[in-house]
Amino acid sequence: MSMWGVWLAMAAAQALSPAQYPSPVELAVSPDGARLYIVCQGTDELVVADTRANSVARRLKVGRVPKGIALGPGAARVYVSNSWDDTVSEIDAASLAVLRTLHTGFEPTGVITDRAGAFLYTANRISNDISVIDLASGKEVKRLAAGRGASYLTLSPEGRRVYCTHIYPNPGRYRTPPQSEITEIDTATQRVIERQRVVNAAGMFHAAFSADGRLGLIAQIRPKNLIPLAHVAHGWVFGNSLAVFGQGIDGVVQVPIDELERYFAMPFGVAVDSARRLAYVSSSGSDVVTVLDLNRLLAAIGTTEHRALANDLSAAARYVAARIPVGRNPKALALSPDGTRLYVANRLDDNISVIDTSSRTVTATIGLGGPRELTPERRGERLFFTAKYGFQGHFGCASCHIEATIDGLEWDLEPDGFGIDIVDNRSLEQVGETAPFKWNGGNPDLETECGPRTEKFFYRSQSYSPEELADLVRYIKSIPLRPNRYRLPNGELTPAQERGKAIFERTRKKDGTPIAEPLQCPVCHSGKYYTNRQLTDVGSGKPTDRSPLIDVPHLTNVSLTAPYLHDGSAQTLEEIWTVFNPRDTHGVTNDLAKDGLNDLIEYLKTL
Amino acid sequence: MKKLALPGILFVLLARTAAPQDMPRFRWENFTTAEGLPDNRVYSVCVDGARIWAGTDNGLALYENGKWRSFHPADGLAHRAVLYLALDKKTGDLWIATMGGLSRYSAGRFDTFNQLNSGLANDVVYGVAVQGEYVWTATAAGASRLNTRTNQWSLFNERNTPMYEIWTYSVSPGEDKVYYAVWGGGLLEYDVKTERWKDYNDPDGETEIVLYKDQGLIHEITTSVSYVNQIVWVATYFGASRYDGRNWRNFLDKDSGLPSNFLNQVKSVDGTRTWFSTDKGLAYFDGRNWATYRPALDTRRPEMLVRDAAGKVTSVPVDSAPVHHYTFGVDFQGDDIWVATAKGVSHGMRIHQEVTSNDHRRRDPGVLVGDRH
Repeated sequence: MSMWGVWLAMAAAQALSPAQYPSPVELAVSPDGARLYIVCQGTDELVVADTRANSVARRLKVGRVPKGIALGPGAARVYVSNSWDDTVSEIDAASLAVLRTLHTGFEPTGVITDRAGAFLYTANRISNDISVIDLASGKEVKRLAAGRGASYLTLSPEGRRVYCTHIYPNPGRYRTPPQSEITEIDTATQRVIERQRVVNAAGMFHAAFSADGRLGLIAQIRPKNLIPLAHVAHGWVFGNSLAVFGQGIDGVVQVPIDELERYFAMPFGVAVDSARRLAYVSSSGSDVVTVLDLNRLLAAIGTTEHRALANDLSAAARYVAARIPVGRNPKALALSPDGTRLYVANRLDDNISVIDTSSRTVTATIGLGGPRELTPERRGERLFFTAKYGFQGHFGCASCHIEATIDGLEWDLEPDGFGIDIVDNRSLEQVGETAPFKWNGGNPDLETECGPRTEKFFYRSQSYSPEELADLVRYIKSIPLRPNRYRLPNGELTPAQERGKAIFERTRKKDGTPIAEPLQCPVCHSGKYYTNRQLTDVGSGKPTDRSPLIDVPHLTNVSLTAPYLHDGSAQTLEEIWTVFNPRDTHGVTNDLAKDGLNDLIEYLKTL
Repeated sequence: MKKLALPGILFVLLARTAAPQDMPRFRWENFTTAEGLPDNRVYSVCVDGARIWAGTDNGLALYENGKWRSFHPADGLAHRAVLYLALDKKTGDLWIATMGGLSRYSAGRFDTFNQLNSGLANDVVYGVAVQGEYVWTATAAGASRLNTRTNQWSLFNERNTPMYEIWTYSVSPGEDKVYYAVWGGGLLEYDVKTERWKDYNDPDGETEIVLYKDQGLIHEITTSVSYVNQIVWVATYFGASRYDGRNWRNFLDKDSGLPSNFLNQVKSVDGTRTWFSTDKGLAYFDGRNWATYRPALDTRRPEMLVRDAAGKVTSVPVDSAPVHHYTFGVDFQGDDIWVATAKGVSHGMRIHQEVTSNDHRRRDPGVLVGDRH
């Protein structure tokens, strides 16, 4: 039996745990086109598919929640980033054995090697940086500052640059347009040499280049969070779009893929054919792959004022060549080397669509296994990530809660006038047991929060059925809790965290004066999730808020969820107290020296 | 022990072999607001390959491809007054100490850390240095250390170190030790392995009279520290000190080639060859001989003075000098040197002479002007 046959037999023998769904997110095709590598974040696997048979050939366990893949030079090595382990698995492509486990920054997502295979780069989503790993030694040799939510890496075709994109906008002044960046690294020096600012962009996802390197495309969303969400009917909530840059293009031009009455939400994957004629974009909230005619796209860019183009919902008609329906929540795209086939990772269908690029139809589907029955949580997950319930399919839960997290923005949600009741986008990890909901506690349970409230204020269309709503709530309550990077492996606290804990729990000021009970941290931030689920006035209300009473938020992974306070006006944890607590109304902190406040924050980072 | 011994040996060898005519000579090119600097008062210079950064009283300046351009608070800089600069040689990021916080400049983006939005101890940041993943700062309220990988700030002050005065002015890290010049508080040493602090103070207290020569730090009012090859150089307003881990040696204008006891910065090349930025010129010490570069204090004409080990002072004819005698700091670009002064930036381009010492002496004899200048 050939090695390939052995793998097929082993693949058949390997059974999945019934509770696990493969959830494919990333793809890579071998240079000969025979293998398709599939990263399955739900089952912690690298799955290898035989592209001739369109079937799974082998499954390989990697680290927890893998989210990125790269092929080394000659595709002899495969690198998979394990986002929950802060590692990369280096895999021998011939034997599919894990050779080494390389250590990275926090939550590595995108991974890439340089042309020579000398250095490996990972985009670290929650440490907001890029690890540079010397592949000879296997050691991280430097850490480069990226933007917030560094996530995806692309090597330019000639190999001189690595481009990093980010799922969150960079921190900015309160109530100013979001701004992301494209971070460019020189592979000769392993240094960041340029940061292209992308104004009004928040989430930026996969990037792709034409083979000649003259054109770059990035899937992105343009949230319009400074105006009331009531303007959904005017197309003014999200611009699902592409960032286009390269030779002959002045800066970064943003072009919509939406249409006047139909939106293609949450663009994620991008691929460009080798002839630079066509580009493909997956809309992960709309279950569609859009085909763009690049000549027509460049003509539109060349003849239209760029700012107007970004918001022109009629523009897509000029360059969209086709829309190809695929499976649920399509993520990464990969073209076969000869360009005849396009593979699409359908995360919430646990399969791969194989598109014939000439007929632009799905000609085969590669199933990845997993439970046949859908749990309520899985059904709810599908609801969470689809945009079909929003007005004209404009957006869904995951448009703001990107990959079930946050978007780093503050929003003007309700039709109460401009700038009234601004709200921070809260984390959903462990949110389920922290009722009531909404910044002012106005929604007693998640069913209200996600049902009538979402229908009325957000989607502006008939929303979920009662059964669907129950599933959605089940999913939200099951959103996995990412490991906290600030806790020591043995569960103990560092000296600074210990001191911070003592400050958090203190009942007296430094001079011995008792702290009134309502001002003691653990009174409001109490219980398993550090919230007493009550409303309280901590003095951070603004004149534009209807009420000074704020729902006490839970503090799970609080260090990852900036900005802070109910309206996102505090850019950092420090500002909660240095800027917004002048009268000790949000706990007593003004008797603390700076090192005491630092200790408190070190403790909060462990929660 | 070996590490300790090598610079000492170099020190002795250089002291025996160097000759006054071998002291480095430069052709000076000077830059002021006329050439594009945002301000003539320049506190710090920092070399990044072919690029030169300058911290001025009114913004950060970058010299690249023959032109200066400026960055100001409107661009994201923490404050207009830029006091010190440090380059992370691995990443190319520039760390910027200002009167209003700490900034990082990385490929066109400024990130600012201040006492309100971060764990930085104080917004008045006099000094900054990079040590691997750590960024050390010297602030008006003690030392702050940022772990750039975890964003943890660690503060060091009178509560957890022997720092009885918290006005830290300068920081110089090595792999094993980190040294702080504490203005009015002497020298502070942090042991990386033990995480313990130790202070070094003037054995005769704060008096300006040196009672115990070479028995310790020369003065408590320290302004700068440079730690290279296990050798610590300390600048004070009352002379300089050198410490090799065992012995102290102190330098005053009256018994060395220092043009002044008022030192703004000391920066050592290798523990022996060392540059001093003073209020009366830029000084260089090669372990035996001294040189001073400046416009003459009286005539303003370019001046280079060399003082040999015997105390003889020679004036070497030169046709250029740093733009001003009041110097704040230096950085090195190969054999060249860049100087921050109160009246602009100076670029000293090293003149390499391919002549023997005798030829050099015959063609360029210099002028003997006395035992001391």
